[in-house]
Amino acid sequence: MVEKPVQEEKRVFMTGNEVVAWAALAAKADIMYGYPITPQNEIMHYWTRMAPKYGKKFLQTEDELSAGFTTLGGVLAGKKAFTATAGPGNTLMQEPMSMAEMMRIPSVVIIQQRGGPSTATVIYSQQEVTMTTYGGNGEGFRIVYSTASHQDVFDYTIKAFNTAWKYRFPTFVLGDGYQAKMRESLTIYDPEDRGIELLEPEPFFGKQAVNGEKQPLHIRNTYNTEEELYEVLSRYMDEYMKVAPEIVEYHQFDCDDAEIVVVSHGVVSRAAKGAVQELRKEGYKVGYFRPITLRPFPAEQLRAVADKTKTLLFVESAFGQLAKLAQQAIFGSTVGVENLFKPGVGVTSEEIVARVKAMV
Amino acid sequence: MTTVPQMPKSWRLESKPHKFCPGCGHGLVLKALGEVIDELGIQDRVAFGCDIGCSLLAWDFFNVDTVQTHHGRTTPVMTGLKRANPDIVCIAYMGDGGGYAIGSQHLVNAAARNERITAILVNNCNYAMTGGQMAPTTLPGMKTETTPYGRDVEQTGYPTQGPEMVAAITREGAYVARGTIANLKQLKSYLKKALENQMAGNGFSFVEALSTCPTNWRTNAKDTWAFVEKEMPKYFKVGEIKNPAVKEGE
Amino acid sequence: MGKAVKIAIAGEGGQGVQSVAEIIAEAANEEGREALYIPNFGVEQRGGVSIAFLQIGEEQIGSPKFQKGDIVVALSDRAVRRTRQYVDENTTFVYDSSIEGVEDDLPKNAGRILAIPAIEVSKKELHPRVFNIIIMGAVIKATGVVSEEEARAAIEKKLGYKFEQDPRLRELNFQAISRGMELVEKAQ
Repeated sequence: MVEKPVQEEKRVFMTGNEVVAWAALAAKADIMYGYPITPQNEIMHYWTRMAPKYGKKFLQTEDELSAGFTTLGGVLAGKKAFTATAGPGNTLMQEPMSMAEMMRIPSVVIIQQRGGPSTATVIYSQQEVTMTTYGGNGEGFRIVYSTASHQDVFDYTIKAFNTAWKYRFPTFVLGDGYQAKMRESLTIYDPEDRGIELLEPEPFFGKQAVNGEKQPLHIRNTYNTEEELYEVLSRYMDEYMKVAPEIVEYHQFDCDDAEIVVVSHGVVSRAAKGAVQELRKEGYKVGYFRPITLRPFPAEQLRAVADKTKTLLFVESAFGQLAKLAQQAIFGSTVGVENLFKPGVGVTSEEIVARVKAMV
Repeated sequence: MTTVPQMPKSWRLESKPHKFCPGCGHGLVLKALGEVIDELGIQDRVAFGCDIGCSLLAWDFFNVDTVQTHHGRTTPVMTGLKRANPDIVCIAYMGDGGGYAIGSQHLVNAAARNERITAILVNNCNYAMTGGQMAPTTLPGMKTETTPYGRDVEQTGYPTQGPEMVAAITREGAYVARGTIANLKQLKSYLKKALENQMAGNGFSFVEALSTCPTNWRTNAKDTWAFVEKEMPKYFKVGEIKNPAVKEGE
Repeated sequence: MGKAVKIAIAGEGGQGVQSVAEIIAEAANEEGREALYIPNFGVEQRGGVSIAFLQIGEEQIGSPKFQKGDIVVALSDRAVRRTRQYVDENTTFVYDSSIEGVEDDLPKNAGRILAIPAIEVSKKELHPRVFNIIIMGAVIKATGVVSEEEARAAIEKKLGYKFEQDPRLRELNFQAISRGMELVEKAQ
């Protein structure tokens, strides 16, 4: 019997990439397929050092297309398979993940956003929001968790495997270069010790024959007629809309009497939180709203906030990729909108404080 | 008394007659493959992956686990499957575009890593599903929709010789051959050896099958057969290139 | 609670600024405080100025990035020029007194500027390899983010396996911390 990777709850101090590897182990992931790209490389580095001790596997592929498609092959074999990528690698990853959407293959992908477009920087951005939520030639039948802290990275990486296998939509954990490379404290734990049930994966292929009979599975992503495709997509749309409310996650505070609500996600929400707390101390009526799932988006929850406040201030390290998702979600609202967009650059509390003060 | 032609047991009756054009060679390659699956008794443990292009029409061809993937991506899907469950016999079935153009990096690297899968590539000298454009395997001078005056090797290079390439980059354990539907018995023996090679855990196995496309070649039955039997082998030599079962000097 | 203390340490590759930041961060974490350490990376990883950004506080740290540091340490001429942007009137700017030709580049807006002879002390009194530990002493003295004991414990944790083989190294490292603290004390 192989020992559990995380024997007991403990406070640790490590980089986000290391956290992902630990979380994948704790979630009982079986195999990682990956291709090097900064800033996610250390996920593979830690996985390849730790995984063999627990009977887990790794394959370094020839590119991200292959990393994505081999991951799908691993899932078809009934394994908890995952991959990780960033930036231009995420662009390539959209092809396999669109197949995962079409075939409802429960794959897990960790994204550590870097600057864009193109090669840009290897450092940080929030510019892969549109691509991660709606990339590929399709409808974005996928689930995207945007993490803000190492605790989030651990919690949501574990959760992503359950979400993917429960709903059979490809599931992304959207981090960034800061989260990948920085060190901070978090508590790691064995999910089952905390009463979190880990869903068992099931094989699509290679099932044993029952009573000498085997029903082979045929799966495809090509359809002959418009109607045939529409029938399939209608079913997916219905299912997605039906489960969306139970998947949606968000965090908000101080919104009830707020005149301005700062809307941000991921690592920027840390700065927003600090800014809102500081502004409140100074007597400013400011609130905080953070979508944790970017897809599905907490539309109703944000609309309820928008109905009560005067202005939403969107803050992100991108040129309005979050704002686009949010404004579509609250279409029809008469709330005022202001932006603090810094594509590819980190945002500090001080900047948000200054911006809010300039608005009032 | 009439005799009904015997279909391989592993074929899926519900999807017959199959969807390939009259005179297309895919049906023959898949018949040979079906017979081999029967003979090896592996129907319950085979996973069959097909590509985009005409090969996708095989997505419900067999009564075996089947996944129809994207253009060129059958090889990594089968690689991922095999890595996760080595008990499955993995067959990546593709066309010349999928293997030698859009998915060539996957073929090259799966071969270089000696993945324990079997890749079967059907070479019909053109992109057939999309309407007969030039493929990596279009012969010099051959007319296609994107080489209407004939393939000019000065402009587009020479046809890809896939098995020779795969043989050059694989090491011990790989099986590499080129067969043809014009010699089905031989093709079948290559397919069988390729699958046996995977099942023995020796390494990557690759079979290219010379095939026909009367629809896009715009040839009648006689000319179609003449082309695959006489013309194609002039450029694409038929035979085994690598067989781990045969020791050096034998 | 007070705000997190923000520290930037910059130097040339090989001066060990990243390991200094890491050891301080781990020491603070061991004390049960919240620490966030992020190395600069990107093209500067190779051949450029290496900067470590470190924040230590009582609650979870906000943005990993900050605009102005409480303590900014620069250990080369290029590092002085590179880190000026992180300095304002609340910043203590520390640089090595042996750096030449930077008089005009020093951030005049800094709350205070301390020149410490860390390079000289490491060469003449101790050993060049503990230069970064002297800097560590200087940083913990200037910020008070961790105690000398905690710093020692963190070093022990990090380098204990080396100390086992050569106990003199332990003494050398601990001296380096003390000397670094003294240098800041004297410069103030």
